[in-house]
Parts: sequence; structure tokens; C-alpha cells
Amino acid sequence: MQLALLSGFVVAGFAPLLHRWFGARTPLVMALLPAFLAAWLMGLWPNVTSGETLLLEWAWVPGLDITLTFLIDGLSWLFAMLITVIGALVLIYSGEYLRGHRDLPSFLVVITAFMMSMLGLVLADNLVTLFVFWELTSLTSYLLIGFNHTDPDSRKAALQGLFVTAGGGLALMAGLVMLAMAGDSWSLYELVQRGEVLRDHALYTPMLICLLIGAFTKSAQFPFHFWLPNAMAAPTPVSAYLHSATMVKAGIYLLARLHPALGGTDGWVITLSLVGALTMVTGAFLAIHHTSIKKLLAYSTVMALGTLTMLLGVGTQKALIAFVAFLVGHSFYKGALFMVAGILDHETGTKDVTAMGGLRQVMPLTAVVAGLAALSLAGLPPLLGFVGKELMLAAVLEAVDWRPLLLALALVAAILTLAAAAIVALRPFFGRRQETPSTPHEPPRAMLAGPAVLAVLSLLFGLMPGLLDSLASVTVAGIALEGGEGGAAEVHLALWHGFNLPLLLTFVSLLLGLLVYRHWDTLRTWLARLDPLMKRGPEAGYDALMAGMVAFAYWQTRMLQNGYIRNYLVMTLLVLVGLVGHALFFRHAPEFDLVLSVYLHEAIVVGLMVAGGVSACVMRSRLAAVAAVGVMGFSIALTFVLFSAPDLAITQLLVETLTVILLVLVLFRLPHFATLSTPGERLRDLVVASLTGGLITLLMLSVLAGERLPRISDYMIANSQPLGHGHNIVNVILVDFRALDTLGEVFVLALAAIGVYAMMRFHASSQWTQPSPRKNDDD
Amino acid sequence: MEPLMAVAIGILFAAAIYMMLRRSIVKLVIGLMLLSNAANLLIFATAGMVRGAPPLVPKGMTAPAGAVADPLPQALVLTAIVIAFGVLSFAVVLVRRAWEIVRADDLDRMKDTDT
Repeated sequence: MQLALLSGFVVAGFAPLLHRWFGARTPLVMALLPAFLAAWLMGLWPNVTSGETLLLEWAWVPGLDITLTFLIDGLSWLFAMLITVIGALVLIYSGEYLRGHRDLPSFLVVITAFMMSMLGLVLADNLVTLFVFWELTSLTSYLLIGFNHTDPDSRKAALQGLFVTAGGGLALMAGLVMLAMAGDSWSLYELVQRGEVLRDHALYTPMLICLLIGAFTKSAQFPFHFWLPNAMAAPTPVSAYLHSATMVKAGIYLLARLHPALGGTDGWVITLSLVGALTMVTGAFLAIHHTSIKKLLAYSTVMALGTLTMLLGVGTQKALIAFVAFLVGHSFYKGALFMVAGILDHETGTKDVTAMGGLRQVMPLTAVVAGLAALSLAGLPPLLGFVGKELMLAAVLEAVDWRPLLLALALVAAILTLAAAAIVALRPFFGRRQETPSTPHEPPRAMLAGPAVLAVLSLLFGLMPGLLDSLASVTVAGIALEGGEGGAAEVHLALWHGFNLPLLLTFVSLLLGLLVYRHWDTLRTWLARLDPLMKRGPEAGYDALMAGMVAFAYWQTRMLQNGYIRNYLVMTLLVLVGLVGHALFFRHAPEFDLVLSVYLHEAIVVGLMVAGGVSACVMRSRLAAVAAVGVMGFSIALTFVLFSAPDLAITQLLVETLTVILLVLVLFRLPHFATLSTPGERLRDLVVASLTGGLITLLMLSVLAGERLPRISDYMIANSQPLGHGHNIVNVILVDFRALDTLGEVFVLALAAIGVYAMMRFHASSQWTQPSPRKNDDD
Repeated sequence: MEPLMAVAIGILFAAAIYMMLRRSIVKLVIGLMLLSNAANLLIFATAGMVRGAPPLVPKGMTAPAGAVADPLPQALVLTAIVIAFGVLSFAVVLVRRAWEIVRADDLDRMKDTDT
């Protein structure tokens, strides 16, 4: 299986080649991959439904205890099945949707890579593996949202999605590391059996917060929900697949997976219930606010994700059963609806539902498919969505905490969702026929196949929900709190539960929902007045954060990279003084050996040297400054003479002479000294210079007082004559022991000479024909 | 002797850095000269200063008779002196050239001058 998954990435890479071979049929060929994986998963059905947990182990980085272990139980089987089946349908669909598109091959590469990443995510047992696949889904999602890369809005939405999910990914990583530390294992399988330890651990709260941020950003929970509708800039197959059926459910998957390990505490129950319920209502409310069919569906996805989170928060057995049913139902109908939305967009040339009408006459099959899926969305019998919603309402009726609030929110969400479903299914297909940018007709079969299969599945499982019983039982057993109520209880899903409260609520929501639909247009104009308020939502926070970050970067660049050499110098020097000074005084107490044995003539030479150096700084005339530097240079030469360095003395004398000549030659073509800085600046520079000078003195003193390691020059002294056949050891080092260094030096000098020559040759008069000196960048 | 040198070198470094922080380009060149000299002295003096014992092998012998000054820092400094000269001459000509073209002595004004 691991091989199959990795080979999937390889197949993804070969998509352009396949495209060359198979042309427009490539998506069909590529759909064989998920179809094959789905068949393989189907083969595991007996094992999974008997409650077995399969662990397929494969060492990946053994040294770091990272394995590519796959964990297949009810939950991951369910997710993997959804990913592969819907994946295959979406691939077939996208072949038509993007027929002839220039970037179809690259689209296939990314979407196949995404499929494999998603599969890896839900099957991973090792936390590190899980995280790697998690991030891979964020990255591939980024590429898919930004598929229309020439459109700035598309790019912006892609970046927003990436920032939000990858930002949450960072929190998730911290959470996973804490989880592994607290549970002393990197394996999810082992961790979920250590719930007692984890819940009592000191790291529980920070761990929970980090993991929840990761899951909430990925699954677009309030207040991170804004990226999902923006992600609708992606091509419709992507929206259908990533942003409704699979990727956004990764966070839900993680929460479900960790429920037995971390769930059941007050923090878990309250946070998940409330965030989930809030997301549910926000999503449902914003859904009917939009007329773009994709945005509308996107917000209704937000609503569904909120519902799933809320159910996990409630966490009772009923809630978990509802979770499974709702999850499957939602994946089917939302995938189908998105694909229908794509068909409508494709055929009519508009995404605005208010611009469509009466399409039922020209697209009867599409209308039927849309109707079935929308019935499921609305939660009406006899579809799977009804089963899921009934169970959800029943679970909320039995919630332990916050029951009235959750129930009210659930009811509001149900009403609004019903209205949204009606808008999607009735508005484009019924009513008066409207002129659309292009003339619609029934889409090609490959395009209709995907939504049709999903809609029929919704109907089939709705009529016979018993088909899901065994899977739901093991899944619920897998994610239920251990020792909690009814871990292994048999689950019986049914369409008809008799006349009870949930049915009554469904009836109420049907009536009110239709009412909302009827007055949708007036409602929308009324809602439009809330627009200024909407602009202050979480997305404004995101925008402000981004703008702030850019402003901060500007400010920081201006501060640090301002182009003034002395500011760089001052900063570098202060850091140097700070760090070295700190190390010198605090890391080890400095010892200074201040024994001084100086002859008078030596002191005079050193005094001359210092006087030359200092007066070079204070002289107002250029010539005097050069003379002062000369005095210093010759004093240094004398120092070399006095302290056993004849070669240095000779070199210094020569160079000093040359320097003075050079300066005198060039100097009078140079500007006069000018006093340009203010006294304050001079004082600042003086302080920085003195600090650095003082540090050098102290550093040298502490080096002198310190212990010396054996000198490497002993070898050179001993071997200068025998090996190098020279009596001047310094010369032997230069031309023999370290000859390569000297060669480098020769090169440097040659380069400098060429540079000098070149600059002397170009005359100032030719400045307009010669390239002007490189301009310093202002920013 | 070394403590005295340490103080002298510290002063030379301070002088060099002060000059390098000036806005006048000619002063920058002078700072560069001071800096290279100070750095050479630092290497030389830190290795220990020995009077009257140059690292030479007397004629007819294979090694110096007694202790001699450390030849390695001397070799390094010798290289550094020559390189510093190369850098200095390049810098001086560059400054002259810049002055000819830009006619600005102020590093800050050079920053936004296009010509």
C-alpha cells in the first residue's frame, strides 16, 4: 500500500507524458489509479467491518523513529474510500471541464499529488508522516486554487488559503510534538490508547490549543472560515474535491482521530461545540447572502464542517453516529452539487444563480441530479442527508452542555441550509427561462457521470442506510471515548424513526426554509445593508495582519538596510562589542597580565605611532593627514625593527613610501576635507569607536594572559633549513610552506592593479558614453 | 611591552573606526589605512614581542640556536601589508573616479545621485 501511494506521486509526475500519449483521454486513464486503490480498499472491507485495525509498517527514517506506517480502521477506511471514489469521479469530470485547457497536464500532476497526499494523511499512523502529508495537502491546494495564475484574485485567494492553513500547520506541528512527548509515542494507534495519561498531562491544555488551531484553520472553522469561499477561485473540480469532500475534512479527521485520546474534557466539549455551532450558523447565514453559486455552496460547506465539529464536541454515542452519517452524506451531495455548479457555469457562462432560470427544459438530466443532491443537502427524505440531519438533531437534543443554545443554532442552520438548497436546485432550473452568456445544453456524459453517481449514492444510502451499519459501528467504536458510553454498541441507521421531535424540527425547518427561499430577493437587499459590518469580519483581521506584516518589513528594511555604510558599521560594531564583551566578562572572568617592561626608545616609537594615527583624524588639511599617516606607518616599521621582524620592517617601509607617493599624486585631485556631520553624530561615532577600541585592547590583554597552545611554527622553525633550504624562516613560510596563500595574494594584487589601470584609463570627460558607476539602490 | 601595545592598538582601532564613520569619502580612505595598520599590529603583537631574536637560521646550521620570534604571524602580517596596499590603491583610485564623476564628497549625497 505504501508503494501504491508513493507510486501515485510518480504517476502524478508522469501526467504530462501520459497527456502526450493519450491526449484528452488522460484524465480517464489517470482515474484508474484511485479506482484501483478504491478496489483495494474494498478488499479490506471484511477486515475493517469486523473491527480489525490494520497496521502496515514500513520504516522510513528509522534513526528518527519515523515510520511510514498505515493505520487502517473504520475511520481511515471511510475517509480513504471517499478520497479515492470521489477522486476518480472528479478526475473523469475534470477531463471534460478542462478539455483543451493549456494547463491540463500540470493540473493533473497537482491534483493527483494532492489525492495521494490526502490519502497519506488519513492513513498515516506516525505523527511526523501525518504532518508531512498535511502540509503537502496545503501546498497542493495552494497550487490548485491558484490554477488560473494569470488572475490576480486567484493568486490572492491561493496565498490566503496557504497562509491560513500553513499558519495553522505550524501550530499543529507544535501540538503534535507535545502530543508525542506527553504520550511518549509517535504512533497514533498507541496514543489513542493512552487517553488517561494524555488528559492528565500538564501539557494537555497547550497541546489541545495548538492542535485545535491546526484543525480549525484547515477545516475553515470560525474565525478562520473566510479562506474557504475565497478558495472558490479554483476550477470547479478542485472546489468539488478539495474544498468540500476531502481536504477541508482533514481537520475534522484529525479531531475525530484524536477524540478518544483528548476528548471528553470540559475544554474539548465546550470549545468544539461552541466553535462548531457558531461556524454552522455563520456558514448557513453567509450562504444565503451570496448569489454566486460556488460561494453559496462554499458557505454551506462551512456550515457542514461546523456541524461535524459540533458533533465531535458533543461526543456522545448518538453524536458520533450522526457524525459518520453526516460526513458521508455531505461528501456525496456536496461533491455532486459542486460538479453541477461547474456544469452550470460551463454551459451558461455565469456563476450567478439569479441570472439563471428555466434550465430544466434544456438540461433535464442535470436538473434531476441537482434536485437529488439538493434534497440531500436540505436534509429531506428519502436521502442520506435526511438520515444525517435527523441524527444530528437527535444528538443535539441529548447534548450534555449548552443544549438549548446548540439546539437553537442547529435549527437556524437547518432552516437556512434548506433555503440554500432550494436556491441551488430551484432557482436555476425552474421559473422563467433567462438569457445567459452562452446557450446551455446537456453537458457531455463524462461531466454528468460524477454528480450522477454521487446523487444516486445519496439516494441509495438514503433508502437503505443499513448498508452503512457495520462501517458506522466500527468507526464509532474507533472514535468513541474508551470506557465511555456504548463503545461497541451496534449501530442501526434507519430512514424512518417514527414521529418524534427531530422529524417535527425537520418539518418546521422545511416550512421556514421555503419561506426564506420565497423572500430571498427581498431578504438579500435587506442583508446588503449589513455589508459594511461584514467588511469588519475576520477577513479584515487577516488583511490587517498582512498589511501590518508588510509595513513591519518595510520599516525593518529601512532601519536595517538603509544604504548608509556607517549605519551598517555602527550596528555591526555594537553587536560585536555587546557579544564579545559579554563573553569576555561574564563567560570567564578576564585575567590581565599587566607586567610592563619597556625601554624609553620603544615607548617613544609607540607614542609617535599613536600620535600619527590620532592626528590623522583631527587634521583639517589633507596633506597633513597623509603626513600623519606616514609618521604612523614609519613608526610601525620601526616597531618591527625593534621586535625581531626585519622582513616586516622592510615591507612596511616600502609600502609606506609607495602609499605616500600614491596619495600625494592622487590627493590633489580629490575634494578637500569637509565637516559634514553634526556634533551629536560625531559624539556618537566617537563613543562607538572608543568602545570598539577598548574592546580590542581588553581582548588582546586577555589573549596575552591566557594559556598558549603549542605553536605550529615550531615545525616551521625546525624544518625551514632541512626541508625548505632557506635561512630566513619567514621567507620560507611565504614561498614554500604557505606558497598557495602567496599565489592568492599575487592574484589579488594583479586584480587590484587591473582595476586601478582601468579606472585611470577612463576619463571623466567620457562619462556620458561610458556606463555610469553603479548606482546605489535607494530602497 | 605587550600591554602598552594593546593600548596603542586600541587607540589606533578607535581612530580608524571613527574615520570610517565619517561622511567624507577621503576620510573613509584614511580610516581604511589606519584600520589595516592596526590589524597588522594586532596580529603581530598578540603572538608575543621578542627583542633581538629574528627568525633566521644562522649560516651553516639547520635550526636557530635559541628561541626566536614566531615567524608565522610575521609571514601573515607580511602578506596582509601587501594586500592592504593593493586594497588601498584600488580604493584611492575608485574614490578619485567617483569624485570626478559625481562631484560629491558626501557619501550620503552619493546615495541618490544618478549621474
